[in-house]
Amino acid sequence: MLSVLGMLFDGVAYGMLLFLMSVGLSVTLGMMNFVNLAHCSFAMLGGYVAVTLMNDAGWPFFATLPVAFVAAAAASVLLERVFFRRFYRAGELAQCLLTIGIVFVSIAAAAYIYGTDQQPVHLPSYLQGSLHVAGLGFAVYRLVLIGIALAITILLVVTVEATRFGAQVRAAVNNQRMARGLGIDVDTLFAITFALGSGLAGLGGALAIAMLGLDPSFALTYLIYVLIVVSVGGLGSITGSFAAAMLLGVADMAGKYYIPAFGSILIYVVMLAMIMWRPTGLFGRR
Amino acid sequence: MSMAGAAAAATALSTRGVNKRFGSLVVAADVELDLPAGVRYALIGPNGAGKTTLINLITGMLRPDGGRILLGADDITALPPDQRVHRGLVRTYQINSLFPHLSALESVTLAVCERRAVAGTWWRPLTAYRDEVDEAYAILGTLNLAAVSHRPTRELAYGQQRLLEIALALAARPKVLLLDEPAAGVPRDESNELFAAIAGLSRDITVLFIEHDMELVFRFASRIIVMVGGRVLTEGTPAEIAADERVRAVYLGERKRGVGSVR
Amino acid sequence: MSSDTLAIAATNAGPHAVLQAEARWRWSEIAFWLATLLPFVLTPDYLVLASQVAIAALFVLSLDLILGFSGIVSLGHAAYFGFGAYTAGVVSVHGWGEPLSGLAIAGAASGILGYITSFIIARFRHLALIMITLGLGLLLQEAANAASWLTGGFDGLQGIHTWKLFGRIEFDLYGYAAYSYALAVLFIVFLAARRIIHSPFGLALRGIRENGARMPAIGASTDAHIRTIYTIAAVIAGLAGALLAQTTETVSLEALGFQRSADVLVMLILGGTGRLYGGLIGAAVYMVARDQFSGLNPQFWYFWIGLLLIGVVMFLPAGILGGLASLAERVAALLPRKARRASAP
Repeated sequence: MLSVLGMLFDGVAYGMLLFLMSVGLSVTLGMMNFVNLAHCSFAMLGGYVAVTLMNDAGWPFFATLPVAFVAAAAASVLLERVFFRRFYRAGELAQCLLTIGIVFVSIAAAAYIYGTDQQPVHLPSYLQGSLHVAGLGFAVYRLVLIGIALAITILLVVTVEATRFGAQVRAAVNNQRMARGLGIDVDTLFAITFALGSGLAGLGGALAIAMLGLDPSFALTYLIYVLIVVSVGGLGSITGSFAAAMLLGVADMAGKYYIPAFGSILIYVVMLAMIMWRPTGLFGRR
Repeated sequence: MSMAGAAAAATALSTRGVNKRFGSLVVAADVELDLPAGVRYALIGPNGAGKTTLINLITGMLRPDGGRILLGADDITALPPDQRVHRGLVRTYQINSLFPHLSALESVTLAVCERRAVAGTWWRPLTAYRDEVDEAYAILGTLNLAAVSHRPTRELAYGQQRLLEIALALAARPKVLLLDEPAAGVPRDESNELFAAIAGLSRDITVLFIEHDMELVFRFASRIIVMVGGRVLTEGTPAEIAADERVRAVYLGERKRGVGSVR
Repeated sequence: MSSDTLAIAATNAGPHAVLQAEARWRWSEIAFWLATLLPFVLTPDYLVLASQVAIAALFVLSLDLILGFSGIVSLGHAAYFGFGAYTAGVVSVHGWGEPLSGLAIAGAASGILGYITSFIIARFRHLALIMITLGLGLLLQEAANAASWLTGGFDGLQGIHTWKLFGRIEFDLYGYAAYSYALAVLFIVFLAARRIIHSPFGLALRGIRENGARMPAIGASTDAHIRTIYTIAAVIAGLAGALLAQTTETVSLEALGFQRSADVLVMLILGGTGRLYGGLIGAAVYMVARDQFSGLNPQFWYFWIGLLLIGVVMFLPAGILGGLASLAERVAALLPRKARRASAP
């Protein structure tokens, strides 16, 4: 029983990270149907920015997080301007190829600059260790991680449901042509959403270092998981991404805990089954 | 009298209580149709009345929430779209849905091969199928497209592409032909061939065409169905429809314009 | 063929002439295949590389059939390549190293796998399809890893020994037998692929690629067509994998991996989709370049490949062959007006 709780805790923490890294892709895919396989490169960028600031510049951990967010957002704006916007009507194949190319370049650049080893991360002492409650140890870092992610989730939900900006995003995801017809500047909206989503991915990447590690293959390894979250959760759905991320996080942890040899196989089988059952995702509409 | 009775009994296409809604939007409500064989029907109605949706429901592109669709005496409600085409229920599209890089000849030949169920043979060259190619070429000939049959579809003039739409439909040897605004977007000087093609359709084929062009409607239709808001408002001969106050109010516009195109 | 030449053919000899002209062997094709014999004479030290190129070309050919001609985007095509490789390898490890029968068994096995998965593939489009192809590839790789008693797992399959071809020709380090074998298989399969493309089925595939939604409306069972070509492509990919296993006498997990699926996609896009020869040329360029730069750090290789991919997608979307074709059209357009008018009807 105790190990189940421990597994659930780790699974939820992992799921939160996946959510942060996936929600941006889900919304932008839902809005513009642009298949951005380079999404996790932004997460990786956030991670490397955080690591560089902490290890080389001695910044405190929490200070690196907003910088990771901004750096990833800025990089995404640049890429969107220069490359992505030419491909909004180009079809899935071209988009896949373009973004795969960007992933390859990002991995090579990371390997060149930082080498292929795992990046060491030194958490401040108050984030290390565990909190002991009723005989169970809860890693402090993961508690903080869950807290931050929950706060951001609530912020996202409030923004989307209660602000004008959020209403416009929902309209554009629902029916882009109609939204344009209503006078919503979908292009600018998309650029902002894209930047925010990529920034969140960068933040997720920075938070992930202490739990998942960081090396140049991060952009590809976690791309698979992010794609699973997005396609199972449904395009353009924050709730869907959250649900799918939790599901995947816990399922993956369960696999690692109880059937390590077959864990990944189970994940892929479940993913395939879900996509075949609901091709547009649990909460998707397209 | 008995002959008339027998003729009336040969219903080519009918629908029974066909319903469809998208959320709270009702696009088809209790649609009952009976099209006797060989008759030319026009389906008219304001934009958004559900005319194209009805064709999508009849051909199987959309699944109805309720109701049945019968081709002749057979219930085809559960059949997939391609099977309905093989039974003789064929449609054309309001906006050209063609194969841009295939030539006109290749497109029609493909349709002929599909009809003859040889499109799955991958071990014999296409050039061995002379009959299919000849038939495709002949169909294109009847529509005056033989001279451009070798050109890729995207290089054809818009009027020619509309004719190719009809050629594709004819290649399937339809018993019931549903034409969705065949004259849509065709400039006046190119529409003669189109009109001639429609007039030239064999009397064996039952034709239902959606049109906004009243000239076409009154020229070719022997009966008119009026749809509004997903429902059939009324049905009758052109004279009856032209005189119907409700239809006038909903659709035909001012009386002093007489018979003209309503766009 | 230019529109003008087609016009002459059509008006002079009717519709059949045009279609026959399309299907006829061009001199450039004959020249291409003759050129594939050059490595024996010009670069006999590089026959091993040549055999690798032929194997890659066969693999790309199979992807072209589903992607270039039918429009199915697959990020997991290496599944069938790897499955064929492991089948041939396992058969050999268990005592039967005869190459041709091993090849046939591997092709058949991949074909069965392709047939089974084709039922899933045919039902989906867009992102769902991409995810499913990706998922199937990853699943198979994990399964191969887990079944290490059969596949050797992470360390790869050990103990493959390929017997002499026809009982006479030995596979040696110089690659003579390897290249002859691979090239012969490539050519025979190419002939079959060319036949498929110029058959009514090939026309149907192009119809699916051009306008999949219209196909049911002309009576086509799109699902059945897709299942057929997907199975055929799986067989061909399996043959390529088997060739790799037999000529290199090794198989490892990366034969099934995403990297391989991505590589074959790059080769096809580089050469140009939907032209059969595009894939072959793309494979040749890619493999030769990789060999040339093999001394480099792998990081650098993926940097340049990434850049190449971006460049091709942005500036040369129809690949090398497509670019050459439009270049040829532009040159033809520059011909003096008199010469062009003389050839028009």
